[in-house]
Amino acid sequence: MNGLFERKYIIQGIFIAVAAIIAARLSYLQLIDKSYLLSANNNVLRKMVIYPARGVILDRNGQVLVQNEPVYDLLVTPREVKELDTALLCELVGIDKEGFERRMATARAYSPYKASQFEKQLPATAYAKLQEHLYKFRGFYIQNRTVRSYPDSIAAQFLGYIQEVNERDIERSNGFYRPGDYIGASGVESAYEELLRGQRGVKNVMVDAFNRPQGSFAEGRYDTLAVAGDGLISSLDKDLQILAEKLMRNKIGSVVAIEPATGEILTFVSSPSYDPNMMVGRERGNNYAKLLHDPYKPMFIRPMQAQYPPGSVFKVVSALTAQQAGMIDEHTIFNCPGGYRYGSGRVMRCMHVDGPTQLIRSIQHSCNTYYGYTYARMIDQRGMPSAQAYGLWRDAVMKFGIGQPLGIDLPGEKAGLLPSADFYTKRYGNAKWGSSYNISLSIGQGEMGITPLQMANVMAIVANRGFYYRPHLIKAIGDKKIVKPEFTEKISAGVDAKYYEPVIEGMSRVVNLPGGTGYSVRIADIEMCGKTGTAQNPHGQDHAVFFAFAPRENPKIAIAVVVENAGFGGTWAGPIASMLIEKYLKDTITLPQYIQDRIYKADLLPKPKTAKPQEVVKSPPAKPSQPSKSPEEEEEEVLFVHHSALARRYD
Amino acid sequence: MTNPHRHKLFGGEVDWFTIILWLLLCIIGWFNIHAAVFDPDNPELFNMNTNYGKQSIYIFSAMVLAVTILIVDAKFYSSVSPILYVITILLLIAVLVIGRNVGGNQAWIPIGSFRLQPSEFAKLATCLLLGRYLSTQSTKNPNLGTLLTGASIVLLPVMLVLLQPDTGSALAFFALVFVFYREGYISGPWMLFGALCIMLFVLTLAFNQWVIISVIAVVCALGIYYFRKRRKAITSLIIFFVISTAYVFCVDFVYENVLQSHQRNRIDVILGKIDDPRGQGYNLNQSMIAIGSGQFWGKGYLQGTQTKYNFVPEQSTDFIFCTIGEEWGFVGSMVVISLYLTLLLRIVNIAERQRTAFARIYAYGVASILFFHFAINIGMTIGIVPIIGIPLPFISYGGSSLWSFTILLFIMLKFDANKKGIV
Repeated sequence: MNGLFERKYIIQGIFIAVAAIIAARLSYLQLIDKSYLLSANNNVLRKMVIYPARGVILDRNGQVLVQNEPVYDLLVTPREVKELDTALLCELVGIDKEGFERRMATARAYSPYKASQFEKQLPATAYAKLQEHLYKFRGFYIQNRTVRSYPDSIAAQFLGYIQEVNERDIERSNGFYRPGDYIGASGVESAYEELLRGQRGVKNVMVDAFNRPQGSFAEGRYDTLAVAGDGLISSLDKDLQILAEKLMRNKIGSVVAIEPATGEILTFVSSPSYDPNMMVGRERGNNYAKLLHDPYKPMFIRPMQAQYPPGSVFKVVSALTAQQAGMIDEHTIFNCPGGYRYGSGRVMRCMHVDGPTQLIRSIQHSCNTYYGYTYARMIDQRGMPSAQAYGLWRDAVMKFGIGQPLGIDLPGEKAGLLPSADFYTKRYGNAKWGSSYNISLSIGQGEMGITPLQMANVMAIVANRGFYYRPHLIKAIGDKKIVKPEFTEKISAGVDAKYYEPVIEGMSRVVNLPGGTGYSVRIADIEMCGKTGTAQNPHGQDHAVFFAFAPRENPKIAIAVVVENAGFGGTWAGPIASMLIEKYLKDTITLPQYIQDRIYKADLLPKPKTAKPQEVVKSPPAKPSQPSKSPEEEEEEVLFVHHSALARRYD
Repeated sequence: MTNPHRHKLFGGEVDWFTIILWLLLCIIGWFNIHAAVFDPDNPELFNMNTNYGKQSIYIFSAMVLAVTILIVDAKFYSSVSPILYVITILLLIAVLVIGRNVGGNQAWIPIGSFRLQPSEFAKLATCLLLGRYLSTQSTKNPNLGTLLTGASIVLLPVMLVLLQPDTGSALAFFALVFVFYREGYISGPWMLFGALCIMLFVLTLAFNQWVIISVIAVVCALGIYYFRKRRKAITSLIIFFVISTAYVFCVDFVYENVLQSHQRNRIDVILGKIDDPRGQGYNLNQSMIAIGSGQFWGKGYLQGTQTKYNFVPEQSTDFIFCTIGEEWGFVGSMVVISLYLTLLLRIVNIAERQRTAFARIYAYGVASILFFHFAINIGMTIGIVPIIGIPLPFISYGGSSLWSFTILLFIMLKFDANKKGIV
């Protein structure tokens, strides 16, 4: 066979060489490069998120304000859909043929192999019917979820709502949220989002090449359980809230009631309100748009976002700060000829001619003259430039929580308006201004904006004789009933307790002495102390204000009621406050039935055009001018309390 | 030749060592097919509707086939070889007309529930006829005419298989070049030349053609300097340079204009010219992930997530080696490779101990075909050759492939057992 026999070795050598190359390559793939192991794990492992139940919110007596209700999302995996009775499915889900095609196209565009949402949040009734037929619809699945549900449809603005996260939320959360997650978007849902949302669990699931789940990985050794969100106990009194919302129906305005001893908010009404259930479910999008375009702006949280000149109720603060400053005392008497004269012949009018008036009577009769003199003393007679004196006055007022956010546990609280001395110096070109330049501040008019929450808080301060706790809506968090430390801090209003008595006596007389502006709403057996007020409204009818606390000794409730465009405070706001206080303290209402009926039946909604809630414009007018320089104002030399033209300055 | 392990049976001494290797590979194949199609929800072992259930039947019938082959007289194979060849050619023509198209290849003839793949049997017929033809020629001075006739025997089925078009199976026939080499029809330098051509082909596709030409130019220049005293060497180097440059340009032309686009894609993926893990590269990528994630000891039997959850395509047929690599790791892969290498070397040894040229040539044919399938199939799963759809002998799922390789091997064993007789 000659030398050809030797070729056997060459051929065998080639075989060996090729096997060696394969072995070398294998040792690289299997022994050296670790990336393939990682890729294999990435291929099969899917972290499935287990959604925790969101925390439930209860009222102060343990009654449910918000709970979770199961809903059912219908999912579809387009690849698995076969021999479908489209008509039946459409009927059960409540969609038409085009809707079906559109949803299928969306799902297919997302992925033919992965399940995606076909219809979300089917109500339980639709689910029950669908469930019976589901075996006929291959490729369709039901996924349970929970949504928020509000059994009494109350306190919409306090509770707020949740919505699907947007790109910004996801970015800000450092990847905590994923598309499709829900996040609190307003109210308590937003303020306590991190507590309510709970902790998501992770389940490691193995999937096949088509992303179909194939069971748990390593018998669930690396899985974590979902932890339900913390429950919250609200300070709200559900029954009181229901009554307050009923009373405020067809009216624009706010009711805020605070328990003075704790700062807990008992009632938080923003009217007109809306049914919080509207922000849940399949109609949410439509409802949301409807609410946004509602001329009465139900999404506007009036108790802490609407800012009104407080009117007469501010006299309480004036009286207290002036006593503390030593500028007046209980016995100080000013003569009231029916108005306070200031500047060059202008008058700030009173409603009555009171003659010599001392402090208690000034509150009782709401004497503008008295507070004109008081303010003049505070600004002009303190032995210092008036700008500096104004600064002291402003500081004292701010201690009552005016002109700054109180720190309520809801997002979006407004500070109110209380201009600094610089504002006036700038406006008048120099610092040589005095009390006559902004005399209306003395009676809570002019450049002053206070939220109803701040008004109620002032009342809580008076009820407490000198201090307050930050008003808050959540009194305890979770099973351990944790109270946030900032809500247990006692904050002083800077006025000694002894100065409160004459003011409280005056307020008591408003309600309990015949002839007082609040006499018609007095409550038998309970000494309620109150003050009516009328907040000027340059856009139309003035706003009625009433604030009160009761009982006089050891007060249990402090309340502020604002009814927009309702005119005089005693007529509209007073009865509402009275009924709420009596309901809260005695659980009955003894107010004459005709007054009650009048309140329930009243429709004080203005024509949509003028229904803008009044927001005080903060930016000062561009050019400095005298208080009454504009042509409209010059016609009216006299500044009335109730029909003042002063407000036009802000236009 | 007195081996105690060789027994008198089937009219001679059968090479039991090879039979054991064959059996081991079949068993390994069965277990890995089982793993590849394993369904955790349906874990019964013998379900005749599954691939591994059917493979049990194929293995069993292959054993029957093997025994039958060993019983039949050796002369029969030599004498029927021309008829067998003609039948095969007719089947290859028939498949183009009545065949069923599976995965883009018109390669299957359905017979009941079973599908026959004539190209698998064409290898057997070609080896037999080639052996018979070459053995009748004088080996003292191999001439070009014999080479061309022999090549025609090989190329006729190649053409028909290419029409299906089943490039992978067609390429397997080219492995018979080892037969021509061993029989002296092709010389060492020509083999080297062929290897060089293939190498240049791949390099040209992988790199810019100008880079390749520059490298050849530099090599030739160094050679000319080294052989500057020898004019003949310089002349051949210059000729080499001119031819290889022309070749490089040709390759580019062929690649762009002759190859089909999916073939181009597969080559591009292998060469790393396109990175496309979801498209053409998906199969290769998943295959390498499966094998690579097996690490040293493997994930364990039925524990391979890549194969169990269908990430690897064609996992019981062409990509069966992924299951081996993933579940049995480096150790298992080495065992399989060693088994193949041992079998191949054994076949070459068996070939050389044959007394007749026919038996020797046939045995080399068997070695060449098995070698090609082994190298290309495993090579493609680990990304060193383009993805060519050919089965791994004895291991891949499929009756046609198992039977044809078994027949191929056992006819050789029959010749070996019968070598004292006259074929």
